[in-house]
Amino acid sequence: MRYLILLKGSRPATPPPPELMGAIAQLGEEATASGALLDTAGLSPSSAGARASLYGGQLTVTDGPFAEAKETISYALYQVRDKDEAVEWANRFLRLHRDLWPEWEGEADVLKVMGPEDFQA
Amino acid sequence: MTDPRRTLATVWRLESARIVATLARIVRDVGLAEELAQDTMVIALEQWPAAGIPDHPASWLMATAKHRAIDTLRRHRTYQEKLQEVGRATPQKVHDEPDLDDYVGDDLLRLIFTTCHPALPPESRAALTLRLLGGLSTDEIARAYLVPEPTVGKRITRAKRTLAERQIPIELPPPAEASERLASVLEVIYLIFNEGYSATAGDDWMRPALCDEALRLGRLLAGLAPAEPEVHGLVALMELQASRTTARTDADGNPILLPDQDRRRWDRLLIRRGLDALKHTERTYGPYALQAAIAACHARAARAEDTDWARIAALYDVLALVSPSPIVELNRAVAVANARGPAEGLAIVDGLELPQYPLLPAVRGDLLARLGRTDEARQEFQRAAAMTRNAREQALFAARAAALSP
Repeated sequence: MRYLILLKGSRPATPPPPELMGAIAQLGEEATASGALLDTAGLSPSSAGARASLYGGQLTVTDGPFAEAKETISYALYQVRDKDEAVEWANRFLRLHRDLWPEWEGEADVLKVMGPEDFQA
Repeated sequence: MTDPRRTLATVWRLESARIVATLARIVRDVGLAEELAQDTMVIALEQWPAAGIPDHPASWLMATAKHRAIDTLRRHRTYQEKLQEVGRATPQKVHDEPDLDDYVGDDLLRLIFTTCHPALPPESRAALTLRLLGGLSTDEIARAYLVPEPTVGKRITRAKRTLAERQIPIELPPPAEASERLASVLEVIYLIFNEGYSATAGDDWMRPALCDEALRLGRLLAGLAPAEPEVHGLVALMELQASRTTARTDADGNPILLPDQDRRRWDRLLIRRGLDALKHTERTYGPYALQAAIAACHARAARAEDTDWARIAALYDVLALVSPSPIVELNRAVAVANARGPAEGLAIVDGLELPQYPLLPAVRGDLLARLGRTDEARQEFQRAAAMTRNAREQALFAARAAALSP
C-alpha cells in the first residue's frame, strides 16, 4: 500500500544547514534503494504558486504566498506494508531535522493513498 | 503512538535484511546469523519499554547485533583456544576480527547470492530469500504460497543446513560464475513476482503482497548492482506488469485480458518507473530487457488499437534467439498474428508442442476464430477449458467456446 507524506513546517529566517540537506539526500537514497520510496520532490514556497478555490459557488484564484503559518515543504510517495512503516520513514526525516537543524519545527502528514486493497469487497 | 513494541516491530521489518546480512558476513553462517538477529530483537524487547525508544532505533539494533556477533565469535575462539591448550581437539582455524565497517550494500549482495544459491532446491531459494531478505514470517510465506506452514519451515531449515553442510561461503560469486549466479537471483525474484501475479490453481488470480515483495527485492538489487542491465530489465518488467494490476480483474474477480483492459486504470507512476528502468538496458538484449521492452510497447499504447505489434513481433524474434522456449514461440505467434495476420501466427502455433498448457489451445482457438474456422476454434477453446486448473480461466475459455456455438 502507498502513503503520501507531506512535510509541513516553518520556513525559518536562516537557510537549512548543508549537513541537513546532505543527510536528507542520503536518507532519500536509502529509502529508494530499499524499494520503498517511489517518488519525491521539494516544493517551492507558496509565493511561487497560487490557489484556486470554490466557495459559495464562486471560483477564485489567489496568487501565493498563502497566509498560513506552515508551508508544505515536500512530498514523498512510499510503498510500504502498513501505516507504521510509513510513519517510521516520516520519523526518520524528522529526526534528521531534530539533530541537524534544531531551530526547525513542523509536522509530516502521513496520508494513505487509495489502492486496490480499499476496493475489495 | 510511541509504543516501543510497535516501533520495534516496524523498524525491525525495515532493517532486518541489513542486520541479518551484516551478521551473516561476520559469523559466516546464515542460520547463526538469524539466531543472533532474533537475540537482538529480544534484547530490544527487554530494554526499549523500560529505557524508551532509542534516538536512532535502526542504528541501535545494528550496533547491538554486531556486538552479539563479536561476543559469539570471541566465545567460540576462547573455547577453541582452550581446547587447544588441553589438547583434546585439533585446533580449528580461528577467524580474524572481522571488519565491522564493511559496506552493508556488499553484505546484502552476499546474502542474496547465498539465499538464491543453485545448490538449494528452487522452492527453498524463494522461501529463504523471502524470510531473510523480505523479513516475512514462515506463516506469511506459507499463506502466500498456499502451502502448510510446516512445509515452509522445513524448506527453510533444510536450506540453512545445506548451506552449512556444503560449506557454501557467504561471498560474492567469483567472476567466472557471476553471470550464472546473477541469473539465479533474478529467476528467484521473478518467480516470486509471478507467484503473486497469477495463480496456477485455485480461484484467486492475485496475491499482491508477493508482487510488492518481489518489486522491493528487485529495486534493492538494482541499487546494489546498478551496472547490471538485466537487473534493470527485471525491475522494468515487474514495474510495467504491476502497473496493470488494477485493470486485470473486474469487480467480481474475473480476469480481463490485456486487449480489453481499461487503460485509464493502469498505474502511470509504475509505468514511468518501468520506462525509466528500461533506459538502463539500452543496446542490451538479455531476456529480461527484451521482455520489459515488449511490456513497454503495451504500456505506451493509449488504446489496444495503438499497439506497435510489428515492434513486439521483432522483439520476440530476438527473444526466441536469446531465450528460446515453446512459450516464447507461442507469444511470438500471437504478436506475429497481430502484426501480419492470423494465418502466419497459426503456422507458428501448429509447429509447437506444449502438452497440458491451456494457453496453447486457447491461442489456437483465437487464431482459428479470426480465420473463420469456427468449429475448429470452438473445439480448441473447449480443450483449453478442460485443461486449465484455474477456475477463472476455465470460465473465460468456456465463454469463448459458447460464443462460437452454431
